[in-house]
Amino acid sequence: MQTLRSLALPLLVAAVYACIALVVTNSYYQLMLTLVLVWASFGLGWNILSGYTGLVSFGHAAFFGLGAYTTALGQLYFDLTPWLLIPAAAGVGGVAGLLVGLPTFRLRGHYFALAMLAYPLALLYVFEWLGYQELTLPIKREAPFTYMQFTDPRFYTLVALVMLLAIVAITRAVERSRFGMALLAIKQNEAAAEAAGIDTLNWKLRSIALSGAITGAVGAFYAVVLLVVTPSSVFGMLVSAQALTVSMFGGVGTVWGSLIGAAVLIPVSEILHAQLGARIPGIQGVVFGIAIVAVIIAAPEGVYWKVRDRLRRAGPAAAPTPAAPARVDLAAPSTPARAQRPDAWRTGKVLLSVKDLSISFGGLKAVQDVTFDIYEGMILGIIGPNGAGKTTLFNLLNGFLCPDAGEVLFDGRNMVGSKPHVLCQAGVGRTFQIMRPFPRMSVRDNVRVGAYVRAQSEEEARRLADDAVDRVGLSAVADKVAAELTTKELRLMELGRALAGKPRLLLLDETLAGLGHGEADEVVAVVQRLAREGVTIAIIEHTMQSMVRLVDRFLVLNHGAVLADGEPEAVTRNPQVIEAYLGKKWVAHADA
Amino acid sequence: MTSQVVENILQALAAGILAGATYGLMCVGLGLIFGVMRVINFAQGDFMMLGMYAAYYLFASAGIQAGFGNVVGPYVAILLSGPLLFLFGYWIHKLLISRVTGQRMAGLEGEGHSAQLILTLGVALVLQNGGLIVFGSVLASIRTPLSSSAWEVGPFWGDDISIFVNRSRGIAAVVSIVAMVALAALITRTRMGKALRAAADNPVAATYMGIDIDKSYRVAFGLGTAVTAIAGGLLATNYPFHPYIGLDYVIVMYAGVVLGGLGSITGAFWGGMTIGLVQQMSTLVLPTQLQNAAIFVVFLLIIFLRPQGFFGRAVERT
Repeated sequence: MQTLRSLALPLLVAAVYACIALVVTNSYYQLMLTLVLVWASFGLGWNILSGYTGLVSFGHAAFFGLGAYTTALGQLYFDLTPWLLIPAAAGVGGVAGLLVGLPTFRLRGHYFALAMLAYPLALLYVFEWLGYQELTLPIKREAPFTYMQFTDPRFYTLVALVMLLAIVAITRAVERSRFGMALLAIKQNEAAAEAAGIDTLNWKLRSIALSGAITGAVGAFYAVVLLVVTPSSVFGMLVSAQALTVSMFGGVGTVWGSLIGAAVLIPVSEILHAQLGARIPGIQGVVFGIAIVAVIIAAPEGVYWKVRDRLRRAGPAAAPTPAAPARVDLAAPSTPARAQRPDAWRTGKVLLSVKDLSISFGGLKAVQDVTFDIYEGMILGIIGPNGAGKTTLFNLLNGFLCPDAGEVLFDGRNMVGSKPHVLCQAGVGRTFQIMRPFPRMSVRDNVRVGAYVRAQSEEEARRLADDAVDRVGLSAVADKVAAELTTKELRLMELGRALAGKPRLLLLDETLAGLGHGEADEVVAVVQRLAREGVTIAIIEHTMQSMVRLVDRFLVLNHGAVLADGEPEAVTRNPQVIEAYLGKKWVAHADA
Repeated sequence: MTSQVVENILQALAAGILAGATYGLMCVGLGLIFGVMRVINFAQGDFMMLGMYAAYYLFASAGIQAGFGNVVGPYVAILLSGPLLFLFGYWIHKLLISRVTGQRMAGLEGEGHSAQLILTLGVALVLQNGGLIVFGSVLASIRTPLSSSAWEVGPFWGDDISIFVNRSRGIAAVVSIVAMVALAALITRTRMGKALRAAADNPVAATYMGIDIDKSYRVAFGLGTAVTAIAGGLLATNYPFHPYIGLDYVIVMYAGVVLGGLGSITGAFWGGMTIGLVQQMSTLVLPTQLQNAAIFVVFLLIIFLRPQGFFGRAVERT
């Protein structure tokens, strides 16, 4: 339903575009109208992978070219109709996407971008070598509709418009589903996404397959429109650059980006080419290039985001923001809460059992022979000086790192070697020392990303997210964009995101860092409440003060090894702990 | 194995090393820019094209041909094109690239990498097509009498096997290696080189140490442009060129830089060398059309087997 509603504006724009197309009789301008749609579609195909996952591809010409050659060869050798060949090309593109993605997703960042460059260029030479330097589609005057060889070029524009609308609808559907959420999470921080229960490789493969399929279909249609296919016109570097340019110019990660990009750039370049191309060859490229440079310097994220951010800044400033303090219930019972809490965990069963866990990086023994248990319902505080191995321990517990030795038994099952998203499904949630919000998404949507690991449907995900937002006390700001939050609110939001997946064990990495005294108390209150509600918690903290009244038990690490393990009162008096924290001379003070 | 086969292999090997040395220098220019400021510069191939035309016009019109003759003249022109392109790169960075890099972009998604990419794509478009307007579409070349003569190395093993080394390619390779060594000395020995390395290693800490990192970036961009331009000039003594030639080479450059390990300058040289060798050796077993496809296949293989490249370090952080 929402997807349908979100299509209203695109449909309106499409209707206007169709009207314009119907009155244009000049076949050259009509071709231009078609090409705008083709490149917009291509940009959207590219956007599905690169816009949403942030993995920039320089190689989409590979899918485009394969699509184009699928149609050309299918028509030449098997006399098939484009109505069949375009879907077939989509299939070819999708399979190619999987084949390319499987090995290439092992690479990150620049390496991924550059590796993608190699595929279309290798294909270009292969197709030249195969002798397909120039394929001309056979003319079928007798059956123009069967072979999509319309005498009236307006039909091409209409077919392209339908295709583009279908792609817009697909993009919208992706954007609004767990698919799009997963991709955005990957873009923001792949590690955090894994920790939130997202099977990143799986989603990336789906994304490149869909992206390849769309691009393949667009390439196929392009061949049908132009009737001639050459390796450099479909596999060339400029083809990949075109997709990237229209998308980035307009704005990545949005439907509108490619549409704006294509609608502006393609006519400009074509008109320049037509008007001045004969007298000054290359003037088209020069003006085009200058336009790109100018826009990028003025709006480095693309036209759409620039305009949207500007409108947003002008807009909500006038609207009254709802008053925030609606959390009276949380603020009140801050200190005495622990005292009230029954020590239920003493009778509970062991939820997480860590035995002789070790890992070293080169010569550094980051974690050595660490053994401890976490009982159901308890709050375990993990403290230790800088470099004691606290975060490394968490990374071992939630699967980012694989230990050299030892066991991690979660609910009796050995989880060593499982990927983070598997551990998250099993019920281990975590937050990060460095916050990773999705700045342009609302608080609610940020939290929703974490809910998909449990939710079967969109509806359930939304409910889980709302529930989690409520539990961390952010309901009042749930619709705010994350970029507008305070540090405290961001910390709570991260907590909510971990909570939305209904974890049984929550690993909190320095959740109180960077907070003022009053703010820390509020977050502590939330953590306490979660514990009362039955979530088992392990929390890393630097300072002991805020922890003493929060935790049931302390685990003190120093140089990767367990220094002390016990109840707060005992641990804070432990001379070894005092020495590690304050130095030898303080041990005497403590004794006295 | 007949002696003919052995000779072919040795000949291809020699050709590969010669081509590889120049490719290596070309890659070093790009590697320097990428290594210091992590900018993917798509216009690097077009900077090289400008280097080719700069050498071409310097040679023909600045009295160099008259003053130094046809043998030495081209190399003088090529070396002079270096400083010219240094200034060009320096100003391109100051006017354009600096606006989409560094602190200004830190808050954007992906730290503004998309902006850098598309900006350099725009610059590439302007240069290619501007080149077409200014220089015309006719193939140009820097002629030297050396390109039609060869040294004979050998004969070995009796009189059967000997290798012919094209003189101008041989000199191009030697000049490339000398330029590479000079650049290495500049980076490791001078104060400016230290500033560059510091800016590359940790820009923030470098600022605290009083290094003007903006200036370091400009210098690195200029140097990278100049080095690639010199490599371009050397290529131009052997192959004809046109305003769109940058497109062909930018791929080779990126393949070389990635092979060597993004960020490693020595690596970039060996990466370029590998590309040259693969390209020339593949002619022994593959049809010429697949020569370039072979480059990409090797490129992909190495990326998959050793993504950090020959000289790069594997760095991963959570």
